[in-house]
Amino acid sequence: MSYWRSVAAIVAKDVLAEARSREALSAMLLFALMVAVTFNLALELRIDNVLQIAPGLIWVAFVFAGVLGLNRSFAAEQDRACIEGLMLAPVDRSAIYIAKCISNTLFMLTAEALFLPVFSVLFRVPVGSPALWLVVFLGTVGFASAGTLFAAVAMNSRAREILLPLLLLPIVVPVLTAATRSTAQVLEGQTLAAYAPWLRLLLAFDIISVVIAVLTFEYVIEE
Amino acid sequence: MIGPLPQSQQSEWAIETHDLCKSFGHVSALQDITLRVPCGALVTVLGPNAAGKTTLLRVLATLTRPSTGRVLLQGLEVQGHDAALCNLIGWVGEQTLLYGHLSPQENLRFYGRMYGVDDLDTWIHALLNRLGVGERQEDPLHTLSRGMQQRVAIARAILHRPPLLLLDEPYSSLDRHGAAILSSLLGQLRDAGHTVLMTTHDLARASELGGEVLILLDGRLVQRLDPQRTADDLRAAYDRCTGERR
Repeated sequence: MSYWRSVAAIVAKDVLAEARSREALSAMLLFALMVAVTFNLALELRIDNVLQIAPGLIWVAFVFAGVLGLNRSFAAEQDRACIEGLMLAPVDRSAIYIAKCISNTLFMLTAEALFLPVFSVLFRVPVGSPALWLVVFLGTVGFASAGTLFAAVAMNSRAREILLPLLLLPIVVPVLTAATRSTAQVLEGQTLAAYAPWLRLLLAFDIISVVIAVLTFEYVIEE
Repeated sequence: MIGPLPQSQQSEWAIETHDLCKSFGHVSALQDITLRVPCGALVTVLGPNAAGKTTLLRVLATLTRPSTGRVLLQGLEVQGHDAALCNLIGWVGEQTLLYGHLSPQENLRFYGRMYGVDDLDTWIHALLNRLGVGERQEDPLHTLSRGMQQRVAIARAILHRPPLLLLDEPYSSLDRHGAAILSSLLGQLRDAGHTVLMTTHDLARASELGGEVLILLDGRLVQRLDPQRTADDLRAAYDRCTGERR
């Protein structure tokens, strides 16, 4: 079976399983909404200072919600040892990584697409700009690509809920920095030239992260 | 339903191991296992708990790397992940390897796509009916009993028509009807040229299935009984091998 057909089969299986269970999506969305509502109640924000805090809040919500989703992603494969079924299949192990990365990115983007309009209402921040969605996309791909690899590392640990953020968050500091800064500049209405260096950093991180993960995933999921 | 294997897949030995050892830290799970299983044989690995039966099957299934020694399946050396080797192996383990939120049909369709199985829907329908899961094939797997899930796991293992079946305690969770279906299916698979290596700790089951029996104890292969042995021979040999432990 061709590489990309295997990838498509795994992604389709993940989407179908998530459509049935809604375990990852509902956990991510509820967590992100709780962050937004809690901060909205806790901070008395005026219109002139909301733009200073909104980018950070958005990415804090995305990151911690994303960690929940990534943990669920491999927990589902651990349940009934399904990961062994994937390992026994005649497909390149990197195809499993690529598929899980695509699935995780899709689930995170869906949760983010549902979260941002609510955030916009709560904090009166405009979120319709295509530039903002580009930043969200690149940041999410970077986070999910590194996160999928580390979720596989943490999969066999009993303390995976703690281990995953401990391993992942230091690695994705460049993503968080670039995504938060560029989100702030987009919300302030600055031109593309102002935040283009951050977008380039996000793109570079995405590419490097995927390449390293593809090369190392086989060793990560083996016993 | 189970047709003969293509001739190209036939070779003299389905399984060969040479001085196979596997350790987990200081615990030695397998010690110097050297064995040859001819193609088309049905072999039962018998032994008490912690004898190393599951570890042996996991090493043969490429799920666990041996510490030392060599493994060849149908003449192919097991060295890391190899698509050709994956196509040779059908595996039933302690877990079902099935997704709880998908139906038996969807689970098998997924695995069928991964293995590139032809005429998938017809084959899945036939397999599930053969194993008595036909009426529940569209229900979510987690709503099925453990025994019915085990039947689906057996269907998953033979879905891609592998020449070598590695079955770790396949009768666990099966009721009498399910066990009868599996025994009949194993006979059919053997007649079609598939090699079956299965583990059990149930003497009666090993005796009933016929075929060669290997007795494993403390990670060592301590006895080999040919298919002509009687049930009494088997019981006497097993008692002799395990006597010191009881």
